[in-house]
Amino acid sequence: MKRTQFMLTRVLQGLVAILLIATVNFMLVRAAPGDPVSVLAGEAGASDPQFVAQLRAQFGLDQPLSTQLATYVGKVVRLDLGYSYRQQQPVLKLILDRLPATLLLTGSAFALSLLFGITLGALSARRAGTWVDSAITVVALLFYATPLYWLALMAVLVFTVQLEWLPGFGLMTVGSGHTGFALVLDVAKHLVLPALTLALFYMAVYARMTRAAMLEVAQMDFVKTARAKGVRPGRILRAHVLRNALLPVVTLAGIQAGGMIGGAVLTETVFAWPGIGRLMFDALLQRDYSLLLGAFLVTAAMAVLFNLITDLVYTLVDPRIELT
Amino acid sequence: MMQSDFWRRFRRNKGAVAGMVVLLIVAVVALLGPWLATNDPWAMVEQPFVRPWTEPGFLLGTDTLGRDILSGLVYGARISLLIGVVSTFVALLIGVSLGAVAGYFGGWIDAALMRFTELFQAVPSFALAIVLVAIFEPSIKSIVVAIAIVSWPPVARLVRSEFLTLRQRDFVQAALLAGQSTPRIILTQILPNAMSPIIVMASLMVATAILLESSLSFLGLGDPNQMSWGYMVGAARTVLRQAWWMALFPGLAIVLTVLALNLVGEGLSDGLNTRLHGKGK
Amino acid sequence: MNATVTPMKPLHPVLDIVDLSISLPSGADRALAVEGATLSVMPGQTLCVVGESGSGKSMIANAVMGLLPRPHVAPVAGRILFDGHDLLQLTEPQMRELRGRRIGMVFQEPMTALNPVMRIGEQIGEVFDAHGNVPAAEKRRRILAALADVGLPDPELLIDAYPFRLSGGQRQRVMIACALVLEPVLLIADEPTTALDVTTQAQILALVRELQQRRGTAVLFITHDFGVVSEIADHVVVMQTGHVVESGPAAQVLGAPQHPYTRKLIAAIPDGQAQTVPHDDLTRVLQVQDLCKTYHSSGSLFKRGRAVQAAKDISFELHRGETLGLVGESGSGKSSVGRCLVGLAPFDSGRILFKGRNLAQGKSFRRAAAGKIQMVFQDPYASLNPRHRIGAAIAGGPIAQGVGKAEAMARAMELLQLVGLGADAAQRYPHEFSGGQRQRIGIARALAMQPELLVADEPVSALDVSVQAQVLELFAQVRAQFQLAMVFITHDLRVAGQMCDRIAVMQRGEVVEYGETQKVLNDPQHAYTRKLIDAVPRLAGQADVSAKVA
Repeated sequence: MKRTQFMLTRVLQGLVAILLIATVNFMLVRAAPGDPVSVLAGEAGASDPQFVAQLRAQFGLDQPLSTQLATYVGKVVRLDLGYSYRQQQPVLKLILDRLPATLLLTGSAFALSLLFGITLGALSARRAGTWVDSAITVVALLFYATPLYWLALMAVLVFTVQLEWLPGFGLMTVGSGHTGFALVLDVAKHLVLPALTLALFYMAVYARMTRAAMLEVAQMDFVKTARAKGVRPGRILRAHVLRNALLPVVTLAGIQAGGMIGGAVLTETVFAWPGIGRLMFDALLQRDYSLLLGAFLVTAAMAVLFNLITDLVYTLVDPRIELT
Repeated sequence: MMQSDFWRRFRRNKGAVAGMVVLLIVAVVALLGPWLATNDPWAMVEQPFVRPWTEPGFLLGTDTLGRDILSGLVYGARISLLIGVVSTFVALLIGVSLGAVAGYFGGWIDAALMRFTELFQAVPSFALAIVLVAIFEPSIKSIVVAIAIVSWPPVARLVRSEFLTLRQRDFVQAALLAGQSTPRIILTQILPNAMSPIIVMASLMVATAILLESSLSFLGLGDPNQMSWGYMVGAARTVLRQAWWMALFPGLAIVLTVLALNLVGEGLSDGLNTRLHGKGK
Repeated sequence: MNATVTPMKPLHPVLDIVDLSISLPSGADRALAVEGATLSVMPGQTLCVVGESGSGKSMIANAVMGLLPRPHVAPVAGRILFDGHDLLQLTEPQMRELRGRRIGMVFQEPMTALNPVMRIGEQIGEVFDAHGNVPAAEKRRRILAALADVGLPDPELLIDAYPFRLSGGQRQRVMIACALVLEPVLLIADEPTTALDVTTQAQILALVRELQQRRGTAVLFITHDFGVVSEIADHVVVMQTGHVVESGPAAQVLGAPQHPYTRKLIAAIPDGQAQTVPHDDLTRVLQVQDLCKTYHSSGSLFKRGRAVQAAKDISFELHRGETLGLVGESGSGKSSVGRCLVGLAPFDSGRILFKGRNLAQGKSFRRAAAGKIQMVFQDPYASLNPRHRIGAAIAGGPIAQGVGKAEAMARAMELLQLVGLGADAAQRYPHEFSGGQRQRIGIARALAMQPELLVADEPVSALDVSVQAQVLELFAQVRAQFQLAMVFITHDLRVAGQMCDRIAVMQRGEVVEYGETQKVLNDPQHAYTRKLIDAVPRLAGQADVSAKVA
């Protein structure tokens, strides 16, 4: 029972966080240079006096600040994130259209980075001091230092342009009319490069963390106890070292999830992946601030959701957290 | 005595030494920039699309508008290091102050500051940086502020946790008994013992700041008057097929610098014995 | 009629260590952790290896099990004979065969010795899995039996519980269960009771004795406490900086020690004879009335908040030159009271009067006391700021109270001389000093404030026995010289008996007995006091703690 209570409390906290971020959006619009209305209207919309007047009335821009804030937050709660003049659509619709693509990308990248990262990190710790360890450490360091967008570009250069192994543009082959399994395969082929490049940076992070955590746990007293019982090294590694070392990695994954969503902006831009990140880039180019802020709010909401999920996973994994 | 211990441990980490050498080279290049680079990076001095190692005087070729890439790299070094160091400094100021206050006083002050910090951490930092720079018009100042704003939470958490632990140590209790004032205790008793992890984190933060700055420039949010590595990569995006070198060299420069900073960070961590932190014997 | 005498079969030792030497990594304070050690454990007997920290005793235990942190620390000479093999020549898989099955081991720190994310039943079950194939039902039955054997309540519930639910003593019992479940012939115990309360220690020692008698296990017991040796040892080996300096049957070594080091160690044990000098200064320094303090651990999402009453209606007085002992086990509240007395922790109700003045709560408490109430802390490795030179550390107090820098430094030098460290120590850093020396520095630092009330919070608990005696002597000297009123907090009745005029015995936040030392120790009224006195491991032949003073 306590677990549901815990979840509800966290969800509530998450919602409060999102509302606070919406308030930050509001303040940013006010703090920006120029007339708040022109910021909300965006570059394209500002040239249409009728649209501007409409906005002024809708957001109550001639009213006291507190009323404006209440109006704005009220709109957000009702999921009204504004209107993109440039694209002639409500911001919410634009975002919801792109959301699945981003979820697919970040979800796959998250899973890949954890899987490879933990495996390589564990391998590195197991063979600490050997060439395997050095090789993995060097590779991890390299990927950790590589800017995402550059890695993406190089990946496109090598795999799409030179070798022509994998597509580097978009979600699926345009105009092909695939359905069913063929569609899934097509999307999967297009997913490989973007998901891998996004994953590689975080894979390095998790590999390093796993290695460090495992080496630290291996020094702990209970591992010595296990050895004194005659337990075999394989079991010690799995049941004692890894199980305890994974705890900080799970915590880290929650914290990094926000970073991965931010990184999706770069990946989607380079690979022309039709997700929210790409939408933000377009909004930037078009100076469409309503759209930009709306997309920002949604990415923040996604990060909050990811954090919630990792918290839940952590409580399942660490028995010391008493929820019952 | 304590200094030479530090250098001995640092030197043992060969990667850190290599990183330090690279970093020094980059710093020298950045400092001596205008005298090293023969051309103004914005000046269109040659034919565009010159391949590297084909023309004397244009070692790394030219870009789509005929600008010298090597000069671009040199000037990019200046901007990257400048923004990296300054934004880290600002982030440290904010983070250390907030973390120290939260960790020292505890109670509701800590709870309030932590909620505040968590709010910043809940947001994807790159997305926030984009929004901040976009709204306040890209310039060195806005970029530095934006990076500082998204970078201070981890520092604050680290400092807070250090202060929480150190506050309970007996030597701090003894200082309280002696009647030392609060600012004196924070600055002379606790902070010197918390410096090691802060220093290590600072070097990693400069690396992250450089990555952030280059990502912002790549998206077109860099200072329009500054030639930066990220901008060079972004400008080369559309001509990747024909002119691979325009994207390769700036990217390599970033990788080398960030890698060097990370290696130096690890060396600092070894040298300052941060992993043995807390063990008195 | 020929009477035939059947020759007795000679007993072979279970464990025979011959000339063992263990090396240390370069840069350590000596080349060999253990040099030429020879000892043997007979079947069904207990051999105690006694020594102070750094004597190498734990190294021997680890070497037998093959658990030395190679390659830094490794055996370089000698043989360890067990079951007909030289353990030093066996391969790792062969050693694994023996561990848990023929030799069991129990370690010092019960709080970190169990995997926090694995159930108790599984941790015991591992031993079975490592040495054969026992079907699940049978395994469960034997685990339950093992848990019951070591005196743990509710084995059915415990088998599925996680370690965090257990106390230190209970976790140590689980460790013993793991070590003995396959009925090994040898049990190695590396200081298993050092981290436990005195009453828990008594229980664990009794348990080990009982299990040994029932199963005929040979026990190799490592300890630093001669009292423990006296309670359980059949044979004793005394170690000093890696060498065996004396060995023999327990009665012989304890009753008539030959080697000067052994004699020094035995003499250093506080015997509970009060050595306080009578004084007649009736200036009342401290009056505590109905002190109450409750800790509220804040409820979070994960736990409901709990209220623990650390101090309940504590009342006592203290005069100049007098020493009061606050004696209790962990959780008794003695440290909390100590912190309230110096103003480092707020209290909920009651009054503390210092020299007749009621001290208000919080920061103003310390300001009002003007540094005249000082504390000496328990952990010598945490009580000095590692980044400050000790001269500055000692002078820092007076400087904060307004004394000029030159005068403060002069006072610091004087005090360093007084506590037995030269004035040149002032320029050095804490890490250059040993534990005992750091405690002296701590005392000097407290004295620099010219206090009238000194609270010593377990100041010798973390020290070796010989160093402990010296520091206690320093306390006595300083107390006499400055006519200090002292509150001496300790869990060790022997130390309290030696240092204190009066004793207050605390249990779960309450004073259960209060009175003059000799009366409390000789004629205890409360059941808990009696239990504490009984639990103190006593040296056979030494005057009982409860013996009357001549």
